[in-house]
Amino acid sequence: MIDATLTTLLAVQNETASSFGEGPGSWTIGLVLVVLVSLGALLAAGQTLKRKPESHIDPAILRNFNKRVTSWLTICVMLVIALMLHRSVTIALFGFVSFWALREFITMTPTRRGDHRTLFWVLFGFTPLQYVLVGIDNYDLFTIVIPVYASLFIPARIAFAGDHKRFLERTAKIQFGLLICVYSLSHSAALLNLKLAKWNADEGEWEAWQNDTYGLLFFFIAIVQVSDILHFLWDRLFGRHVIAPAVNATKTWEGLLGAACCTSLVGMVIQVVLPVTPFTWWGAGFMALIISIMASSGSMTMSAIKRDRGVKEHGTLVLGHAGVLDRIDSICFAAPIFFHLTRFFTDAERKGIEVVVEQSVAAVTTGMSCFSAMV
Amino acid sequence: MKQVTVPVLAALAKVLSGATVRWIGCEPETCQRIYFANHTSHLDALVLWASLPKNIRNLTRPVAAVDYWQSGPVRRYMATVFNVLLIDRKKIKVHNSPIDMMLREIGDVNSLIVFPEGSRNLSGKMGEFKSGLFHLAKKRPDLELMPVYIDNLNRVMPKGEFLPVPLLSCISIGAPIWLESGESKAEFLQRARKSVLKMKDS
Repeated sequence: MIDATLTTLLAVQNETASSFGEGPGSWTIGLVLVVLVSLGALLAAGQTLKRKPESHIDPAILRNFNKRVTSWLTICVMLVIALMLHRSVTIALFGFVSFWALREFITMTPTRRGDHRTLFWVLFGFTPLQYVLVGIDNYDLFTIVIPVYASLFIPARIAFAGDHKRFLERTAKIQFGLLICVYSLSHSAALLNLKLAKWNADEGEWEAWQNDTYGLLFFFIAIVQVSDILHFLWDRLFGRHVIAPAVNATKTWEGLLGAACCTSLVGMVIQVVLPVTPFTWWGAGFMALIISIMASSGSMTMSAIKRDRGVKEHGTLVLGHAGVLDRIDSICFAAPIFFHLTRFFTDAERKGIEVVVEQSVAAVTTGMSCFSAMV
Repeated sequence: MKQVTVPVLAALAKVLSGATVRWIGCEPETCQRIYFANHTSHLDALVLWASLPKNIRNLTRPVAAVDYWQSGPVRRYMATVFNVLLIDRKKIKVHNSPIDMMLREIGDVNSLIVFPEGSRNLSGKMGEFKSGLFHLAKKRPDLELMPVYIDNLNRVMPKGEFLPVPLLSCISIGAPIWLESGESKAEFLQRARKSVLKMKDS
């Protein structure tokens, strides 16, 4: 048993050694270390402040901050372990998180007895299926199986169960839960599948990007974390104009914009110091900006759902659970957008925006010539 | 064999129901107790039993109907694993009172899990309590009667379903009650029912 584990570990080490061996691969490890160390430092700072009774910081804020940092550190450590083991372990980890988040989501939204079988298929059918499709890298299916097939299956199955009370509401709840907790989150695992190209400014052409996509995934998760923490700090330090007090009393416009700008800067710095993504430095800044805005949108949306359901933190509905949904709401909203933007701009085959421009120009030219021929 | 299956099944029940256990105004103890709970799912007895700490679990026996737990080999095996105290609902007579049998079985060591509503209800509202709890309290005034509210388990496995949807459930155990001197049966049962309902919101 131990022998087998050792052999696997050695094999993994060799594998990582070869894939991380030369050049940019080691940047991923660098980023991982930087993130872990800075989270550790934040945790230590938070704990020290907690023990100092004379500090002027509100203990409630400090507790909230410490809780966030601890959960982020847990997520990072789990992710790093999964990344070190195997690609499929990472995808399975995301699948498990999705399952748990969906479980929390359905727990806090009232469903009726007639939904029981539908929920069973959603949790044990579509959720694993989505991650299997990500695992086997079937892009065509994994992008449509939930928004199309599951969206049709859910209302039909509820209708067959014969309970028509609040039909649309119940259908929408299950569809939304599946879309956010499973479909959206699976896009972050799908980042590992991307085959990317990098713009070589010296040569003036696109070339295949040699680095591993683990770095891309970790860049994404790290940026969401940074955005979350910055949003929190900006709200507390400079927040004046609350966006929607009825939805969330702490989220401010200053926080949203400040966090977006600062996150963008952090994205640029990461890309310049540790080039783990195929983006240019300004491209990384742009991506970080979008990630930050989407992450804030995710937290706002979840706040609205919580307010509507009358739960302050999803997790406290059932005490003792950490509230997985609370921690991943920002990742869920940012993941599909980041995935598609990355794919659009740096995919190995599409080579980004210039193809679209070329095609549009060609289409317009054809249209013009047809028009002139008709005239 | 049982040393393995009991912890495995208990862990499975806990994972499946995602049960959080809250002891409100009381502590887990090994003294003789009657846990009385609302009944909404087949899993109730199993999950409540599984969520007790191990040393208490070993002393606690769920009371259940023989017609359900003796049908089929799986259920029969489960009944032995969970040490279920089986009551024949059809053969209840004056001379064959299940109360006497329960008291005989627990002696001065074991605790019991009972569902005073009698059977699972479909409406989601808690039914009226049957008088068994009152007789137990009258005959053994030293037993601690612990109100338990089981939340959300009816959504994990409602009546008539056989596939569970593993949502998160919550088990709230409240401070014990006893039969007051001079308290009538109806009054006591009403109070016991309210004590369970109170756990829902606390």
